[in-house]
Amino acid sequence: MSAGNAAGAPRPVIGTRVARREDYRLLTGRGKFLDDLEMPADTCEAAFLRSPHGHARILSVNTSAALDVPGVLGVFTGEDILPMMKPLPAKVAHPDLQEIPRLPMALDAVHYAGEPVAVVVATSRYIAEDAADLIEVDYEPLPAISSTAAALAPGAPLAHEGARDNVAVHVTQRAGDPDQAFAAAPHVLSETFTVVRGGGHSMECRAVAARFDTVTGQLVVWDATQAPHYARNALAVLYDMPEDDIRLIAPPDVGGGFGPKAQFYGEEAVIPWVAMQLRKPVKWIEDRRENFISAMMERTQTHRVQVAFDDDGLLIALKDVFEHDQGAYVAGLQVPMITLSTVPGQYKIPNIHTELYSCFTNMVPTSSVRGAGRPQAVAAMERMMDRVAEYLGLDPAEVRRRNLIQPDEFPYKVGLMFRDGSPLTYDSGNYPELLRGTLERLGYDAWRARQAELRGKGRLLGIGIACYVEGCGLGPYEGAKARLTNSGEVLVTLAAAPQGQGYETVYAQIAADAMGLDMSYIKVTTGDTGRIPFGQGTFASRITATAGPAVLRACQELRDRIFATAAVMLKTEGKNFVFRGDRVTLAEDEATGATLKQVTQVANVGKHGITLLRGVRAGLETSSYFAPERAAYASGAHAVVVEVDPETGRTEILKYVIGHDCGTVINPLLVDGQVLGGFAAGIGNALYEEQFYDDTAQPQTTSYLDFSLPSAAEVPPVELFHVQSPSPLNPLGAKGAGEGGTIPAPAAIANAIEDALRPFGARINEMPVTPPKIVGAITGTRGNPGSRQNRSE
Amino acid sequence: MEPDLMDGQDTADQAGARVVSLTVNGERRGALAPVRMTLADFLRHELGLKGTHLGCEHGVCGACTVIMNGDAVRSCLLLAVQSDGAAVETIEGLAADGELGPLQQAFHRNHALQCGFCTGGFLMSITAALREGPVETDDAAREVLSGNICRCTGYAGMIKAVRETSAELYRDRP
Amino acid sequence: MKPPRFAYHAPATVDEALGLLACYGDQSKVLAGGQSLFPVLSFRLAAPEHLIDINRLPGLGSLERTASGWRIPALVRQRQAERSAELAASAPLLTEAVAQVAHPQIRNRGTICGSLAHADSSAEMPAVMLALDARMTIASAAGTRTVSAGDFFLFHMTTAVEPHELLLAVEFDDPPPRTYTSFAEFAPRKGDFCLAGVAATATFGEDGTVSRCRVVAAGVSATPLRLGPVEDLVTRSSLDAAVLAAAQRAAHGAVDSVGDVHADAAYRRQLAAVLVRRALAAVAAKAASGASPDASIPTKEDNDGA
Repeated sequence: MSAGNAAGAPRPVIGTRVARREDYRLLTGRGKFLDDLEMPADTCEAAFLRSPHGHARILSVNTSAALDVPGVLGVFTGEDILPMMKPLPAKVAHPDLQEIPRLPMALDAVHYAGEPVAVVVATSRYIAEDAADLIEVDYEPLPAISSTAAALAPGAPLAHEGARDNVAVHVTQRAGDPDQAFAAAPHVLSETFTVVRGGGHSMECRAVAARFDTVTGQLVVWDATQAPHYARNALAVLYDMPEDDIRLIAPPDVGGGFGPKAQFYGEEAVIPWVAMQLRKPVKWIEDRRENFISAMMERTQTHRVQVAFDDDGLLIALKDVFEHDQGAYVAGLQVPMITLSTVPGQYKIPNIHTELYSCFTNMVPTSSVRGAGRPQAVAAMERMMDRVAEYLGLDPAEVRRRNLIQPDEFPYKVGLMFRDGSPLTYDSGNYPELLRGTLERLGYDAWRARQAELRGKGRLLGIGIACYVEGCGLGPYEGAKARLTNSGEVLVTLAAAPQGQGYETVYAQIAADAMGLDMSYIKVTTGDTGRIPFGQGTFASRITATAGPAVLRACQELRDRIFATAAVMLKTEGKNFVFRGDRVTLAEDEATGATLKQVTQVANVGKHGITLLRGVRAGLETSSYFAPERAAYASGAHAVVVEVDPETGRTEILKYVIGHDCGTVINPLLVDGQVLGGFAAGIGNALYEEQFYDDTAQPQTTSYLDFSLPSAAEVPPVELFHVQSPSPLNPLGAKGAGEGGTIPAPAAIANAIEDALRPFGARINEMPVTPPKIVGAITGTRGNPGSRQNRSE
Repeated sequence: MEPDLMDGQDTADQAGARVVSLTVNGERRGALAPVRMTLADFLRHELGLKGTHLGCEHGVCGACTVIMNGDAVRSCLLLAVQSDGAAVETIEGLAADGELGPLQQAFHRNHALQCGFCTGGFLMSITAALREGPVETDDAAREVLSGNICRCTGYAGMIKAVRETSAELYRDRP
Repeated sequence: MKPPRFAYHAPATVDEALGLLACYGDQSKVLAGGQSLFPVLSFRLAAPEHLIDINRLPGLGSLERTASGWRIPALVRQRQAERSAELAASAPLLTEAVAQVAHPQIRNRGTICGSLAHADSSAEMPAVMLALDARMTIASAAGTRTVSAGDFFLFHMTTAVEPHELLLAVEFDDPPPRTYTSFAEFAPRKGDFCLAGVAATATFGEDGTVSRCRVVAAGVSATPLRLGPVEDLVTRSSLDAAVLAAAQRAAHGAVDSVGDVHADAAYRRQLAAVLVRRALAAVAAKAASGASPDASIPTKEDNDGA
């Protein structure tokens, strides 16, 4: 990949632990988060009035008292913004989807508590909230659907008046002949699992600001989004404006994304619109209360799983029928569609039936949060693997080993379709090595012995394992431009926007190796639709595998263009070049060369009116859009030892090992950071984070006083090791690393807890596994009222 | 000392405003603050110190943590007017003459930050804790860190950063 | 989540503060530590027209030794109490409990009296003060009055302090000799509101049996709950294993809790009972080892009941 090993040429940096360029500004309080940017002096602030009801008709809205508050510039309801009140399309749809329009703001009715009903623009957020409190809305409450069980109950009220029913979509995927396989199988086990997740809870909430230039008719929008081009495209449609008149910029610093910021929200459409109407810059900074109730989250899935197997524990068939709480609107079907195809995991299963009921409820729409539907699928499969082992009296690690897809079986066709529309095909991996390495580092056999010893003393140790695959590096494409600027620096422009993944560093590494140029001459800029016209966004652990190859190709091409220009300048056609410092030089003669700045003078700047040197192509800029053939498959195995206190239900993690395979590791420091960061989120999902709604679809957990995120005290140390199975689908061999720490953690820990409780025969069927649920499982009483209502009886 | 100009507040709020004079990072500062304005918003909007961030506005996430009169406190749970006459330290004061201090360098070395939004609060909480004494085990480091929330890093790099900085600061102690 | 408008007062003397309270009474809120009040204002759960900031009042900021024990005035911060070696030596129950309150950043501002006046049913300080038989000094423009801890807590977030009054101080006596204490709580994460907590004290007579005990539960009822049946069982016993088991059963019967999103009623009851047993076991262990609260400053390990 690097362009020569001549003396003086830079060493390769892909694969090295390069410390981040972003850090200096972040460590000194000079970050460029949206609310830190210096906006024009006349920028106003907005506050939304949100529905207090899960489901209600809006009879009237009276904004007169709000308008009278000094400092208020405008109050807008759905009626006031009709020209842009068009349905926001689902990010991922399905031909059978029951289409129910999601408008930027409520008009005749509200369908979840937290839905925006009006927006106030004022000289300060304090005043905007005062005015919002004075808006009078006359609601007629309607019955609200608060769970998938309630949605599917015969005779259930409708979450949306006028809808056919409460099913957004019903999708079935099959491989082989599952009905026949179940009928003939020696053994069949069934269970129902409920997995509740919560919000992304990035430390920075959502944020949008906009400024309309009346002279040019152009709009600039700053948006703490993971998907700038997606948002810009949505605005162009809503406003009926040319896409080039809208410049949407994700600020260089966005305080965490994790999925909720990859969706498109009504607020992102309303704020720029009111800025245009008022002819003043307007900023909306979501607060944490709003984030709890109106930022998209993942909520409840209930899985009814059946597995068929033989006496050796070999899987014959898998059936998983699950209900997914889609919320009041379908913002996108990606989460349940991912669940649908992730269930089989690392195993060879000849007969598969996965079936999804995505349900409308009167709660905030659900969409991806780190893991994006995979943790639920892994929970269903991995919990059943342990049950199979228990039933046959076999070791759970051995049962897994017997069913794993082997390293020589790739590319492996599962038999189902993946959410990117292509047949589910795993590209590469070494599942046996992951499991072996994880269990070896755990000290599996020694812990089993210790478990038996301590059981004799009444102490409850448990061991849990969970294996997973992660479809990542999704298409359709991602793009990058590379330009040698007039100052002799290489500027790499990514369409993608970062939220802490270190793009300014990582893509400089990739560019450096692509060109054979020292990293210090390369700068990276991100997330601005005004700088690059096409892009998709940062989600589903896709950017390294898509933007990476795009940067690679764009920079290789730029390198070739620079060398070709230098060859003409130096009259050395046919000779090899390398970069040494900021100079392009002959590989075998360091003295013959030109500086990058000199090269741009010739190819970019030119001499006014003078003919370009013959053989030089003007304009040293390249662009590349990489479209992967299909999703790549990262994979991993987690193993954990826990001790459970049966009196209080406290779970203590004694040891945790993660085996991780994300293909080629570009920057080990950053990849480890992603895995360990994901792991902390996984701990939250496994043991702490549960967002509750009551029977009337009212949110019950609306602050950090009710809802706990893991702090350093709750995240145990992890031993992490890597297996590298490069992906054949992109030139870097890279897969994704953002979610592997999260995905199997709830399953592994739930497996361990149930293992610890085996002397009681207690069943752990609900995640997160909180202390009340553990005690409830032991004593046979229900653990927690909040979880009860999300299960169909 | 001229109070800084105040924007974004209407006349009603200005009527309920008071001059707040305090020391921030060793420098005398002053501005007019509406009485209900939080210290966090005052630092950010009236004094232009944007490094202190708001993550929850109810005292749990810790992103807004600053040091006031030597104590780590939540600036979202204080009124600006309560800080009149106080000495406040924020993230902007940690790098003397633009050079990163030992804790900041340790964060950088150990990849203890990703998005950076929570970083200011962590640096101030840790700075206050290290002034009280050394942090000599990983569990003690976790305890120090447990009053702030990070959603990106999983804390592993921070634990190392705290231990390394403590070792450096207390190296010459018997 | 910005606070609503209010008129702000920063009185310079206690009399001035009491005058403001007399004037604005139920349209006002007192600002001391602010750690509980601010979230209420930020969420706009309350919109008092007047905020009376007592942080500038003189003479209320130090722990005071009295003839019989301790006096903690209104502006003593939780962190002061946590760090006082003298307090730890004679009232380890309080020191042990206050270290469980949230995190240092909160304890640096939060006050002990503020926590009592706020009276969250899950809070540690109310249970501790009930276990210590504390007395609350309540002041108004008309004078001061004293209310015992048993009469002070009326309901979740409701105390005997009237809208025109100010909780000026809390006092409690040093324990009799051979008194041992333990505080145990269980929260989802350390620093969160507890799902249940227990403050236990037991005084041992010459014959090795308990002459007097207090067992108070937090988080299981609208106010801190004295577990009378447990106290009755423990008194005149030697607090041996059989008594501990019986105490747990008695506690289970004495707690009639309500479920919520965090825990169902059955769990809370079991948890409280387990914590009662563990707290009393810690007390018994301290008594057996002969450690005296007067003679030593207990370490965290000594006090680790759960």
